Amino acid sequence: MKRRTDNPKVSNTVDLGRRHAIQSGGLAIAFLWLGGTGIASAAMNARGQVADAAAALADGNPRFAPNAFIRIDTHGAVRLVMPTVEMGQAIYTGSSMLLAEELGVGLDQITVEHSPPSDELYGMALLGGGQATGGSTGTRGTWQVLREAGAVARTLLIAAAAAQWGIDPSACTVNRGVVHHMPSGRSLGFGALASAAGRLPMPDKVQLKDPKDFQLIGRPLRRVDAADKVRGVAQFGIDVRVPGMKIAAVRACPTFNGKLAAVDDKAARATPGVVDVLRIDDAVAVVGEHFWAAKQGLEALAITWDRGGNANLTTQQLRDALAESALNGKSIVAREVGSRPADGKAVESVYQLPMLAHATMEPLNATVFVTSDKCEIWVGTQAPTRVLSAAAKITGLPEDKIVVHNQYLGGGFGRRAETDSVEQAVALAKQVSYPLKVVWDREEDIRHDRVRSMYHDRISAVLDANGRPAWYGYRTSGGTVVGRWAPMALGNNGLDDDAVDCVAVVPYEIPNLKVEWIRHDMPPGLTVGFWRGVGPTHNLFVVESFMDELAYRAGKDPLEYRRALLRKNPRSLALLNLAAEKIGWGRQPLPARVARGIALGEPFGSRICVIVEAEVTPQGEVHSRRVVVALDCGIGINSSSIEAQIQGGILFGLSAALYNEVTIKDGAIEQSNFHDYRSLRINETPLIEVHRIENNEAPGGLGEVGTAIAAPALANAIFAATSVRLYKLPIDRKLLVQDTNALKRVVSAATISKGTEVA
Amino acid sequence: MLSLSVNGESHAVDVSADMPLLWVLRDVIGLTGTKFGCGIAQCGACTVHLDGQSVRSCVLPVGTIGNKAITTIEAIGNTPDGQKIQRAWLDVDVVQCGYCQPGQIMSATALLKRSPNPSDADIDAAMSRNICRCGTYVRIRAAIKQAATGKLEALQTVVTSPEGTEP
Repeated sequence: MKRRTDNPKVSNTVDLGRRHAIQSGGLAIAFLWLGGTGIASAAMNARGQVADAAAALADGNPRFAPNAFIRIDTHGAVRLVMPTVEMGQAIYTGSSMLLAEELGVGLDQITVEHSPPSDELYGMALLGGGQATGGSTGTRGTWQVLREAGAVARTLLIAAAAAQWGIDPSACTVNRGVVHHMPSGRSLGFGALASAAGRLPMPDKVQLKDPKDFQLIGRPLRRVDAADKVRGVAQFGIDVRVPGMKIAAVRACPTFNGKLAAVDDKAARATPGVVDVLRIDDAVAVVGEHFWAAKQGLEALAITWDRGGNANLTTQQLRDALAESALNGKSIVAREVGSRPADGKAVESVYQLPMLAHATMEPLNATVFVTSDKCEIWVGTQAPTRVLSAAAKITGLPEDKIVVHNQYLGGGFGRRAETDSVEQAVALAKQVSYPLKVVWDREEDIRHDRVRSMYHDRISAVLDANGRPAWYGYRTSGGTVVGRWAPMALGNNGLDDDAVDCVAVVPYEIPNLKVEWIRHDMPPGLTVGFWRGVGPTHNLFVVESFMDELAYRAGKDPLEYRRALLRKNPRSLALLNLAAEKIGWGRQPLPARVARGIALGEPFGSRICVIVEAEVTPQGEVHSRRVVVALDCGIGINSSSIEAQIQGGILFGLSAALYNEVTIKDGAIEQSNFHDYRSLRINETPLIEVHRIENNEAPGGLGEVGTAIAAPALANAIFAATSVRLYKLPIDRKLLVQDTNALKRVVSAATISKGTEVA
Repeated sequence: MLSLSVNGESHAVDVSADMPLLWVLRDVIGLTGTKFGCGIAQCGACTVHLDGQSVRSCVLPVGTIGNKAITTIEAIGNTPDGQKIQRAWLDVDVVQCGYCQPGQIMSATALLKRSPNPSDADIDAAMSRNICRCGTYVRIRAAIKQAATGKLEALQTVVTSPEGTEP
């Protein structure tokens, strides 16, 4: 069911010089890592920039390249350059729809291209101006500029046609790559107009389409990358093949900050197909004619590591240090409203979250060719200009001698916002005369992940006579990614906004609050990274679990309790009501140990309410039976990919909540592959219904929204089914066992495949 | 020298018999559609067919294959079941990052071949060997059913065509 509220907020005229308004209301705080006092930043512009000439020249010098996004050749081919990277989120399709809608072409008439590294042309204002894909900014940070870019191109093509015909441009229309003048029946294709349009000055003012005239935006258009991905011909970084290329397998010191002490490579060099053995400070690589030879060579090495200062580090030591910080560390106050009432019942809970690996399906890899005056890199990266800068530093070459060819990403989830694996590949490749593809095996990928930080959070409330919070307090402690990735984006007081995202501002009516962050740096070498959903994934679990606790303490139904606190928040209240209606909340009794849990949040500029129906077996196994989602993401660009992102995001979040934790023993990550870092599978996947409330509000983010809200809904369902409140993730099944006898009973009959499997 | 039949073509490859088929396909023959995900038959990204049955090529020594016909994602569209599966994959737009999808499609095609009208349990049993970190499972299930029955199972995507923007 779709509901539309009439509340037009979209201006359809854009003037030159008018800065693109960054929408307020929680949009920017999610991931604004260079904002505020940061560096003066470049950002995407709908009109031609100084750097455009060189970029277009490198792109085959099309006759019509009015901006960084559109190239039209004289034969009429339309190529669209994608400002952000495609890692599954369907942004190539969404960006193409925004450009094509205003340009006046169908998606079947365009091809897409990865953008070259350039902050000036492809900088993301919501990310402070750097060219990066993350923080669910791909649509909300580009939807205006890309529409405008399409309109600029259309305006110029029409002007070229009108000049040729000697008529008023306003009498012309555009449809599917052709400019028409209906009164005279004349028409000219984009190809025929490209040269003339390319000589015209930039238009000051362009008219954007009225949303009621959209032909593409809002519809479930097929992904532009689907056909290649279904046929197995889409090229990911790991698929790159450069003439003369060799392939390396690599092993880095397992401990954080450990070094390579010595390596005996006699047996490795004798392995058939092995070409070279290369050493860097903290790793050794074996180069082969193919990956298998390299891997065999790697196994044959006798390596001695200098395990360094973290050699005895354990997860418990990290937990203890973090708990100490949480208790006694100096906090930064992120937000304080009113004061804590002297009267009223006080409640407090402590929640703990684990370190997590990304485990992108495509293991990390990079192909690098270093010569005396050039360094070429083929890699799927979320941060192309960071790759470029890092390579310049390592090779000593100037940045204009570094060429980065971005590729499709086989998953990113924040891992590919880092450049560590590319830096390693460059350091190895500069030792050899041939192009080198460095591939991490899965074990390397997990053991050398830049993990999501662990967290230790104390959340408290003072309740009024109705059991509602008159004050709420939040003290969160954990590592900071922003503090390393973009330290200039920290607030003047040192605050990492991401650390308190979705808790500094909550959807509920709570008159007084105090939100604090205690920065806790992990030991040197244990580098924490962005992980899908970043701050909101962590914080929403805590605050939405706690809201559920408060509801039960007040003796209220969790739905009714939240409703009462959302009276002044009609957009989120509508979602809560829609989700409840769709799942049939309270309508029929459920079987024993089957129950539903609600979670609601406003992450990444969107609003979402999720209700999970879960069953907990007497043995403590958790099955999600059904998930109902109500979503308000404002203007929707592609209704199919919106649903897909929410479904996939929720499963990513459920997978982590059910199974995932990175642990450390003897200074090294213990997990290594999918057998001990489990990922949710299809047989564990519930039906997920996504219901949208449509409106004309600015688009919200989508890639991380489902992930951020999944865990608390599941945990709240488990509480409703078992009366066990989960204060730690991942879910500990031992806590959910009904009684000791249950474990003696047969758990379940194994499902046996009808098919035969050779391997 | 080993002789392999890949997608109907014979390939002579000079590799050791214990080399997994995956690396022969990707790094020796140059068919990169088959993906490396785990190397221990846990994720299914490397799934190919041997005489129409799905196998994990990352742990399959190439010396054990003999004259069995190897089919990879690059040629599965030439089989009736592969064609149906790929069609349904497009119609419900299953893919996200797409990296696991060659393996998913190979597993789904093998399922459809042996079980033309698979139940949910059949789908669970056959497809639970393939991991998708993007979480495309809801649409994978819908696409397999749609491929089997022709009945529309989920939101269908639209392609803008030369006739206009209608489906």
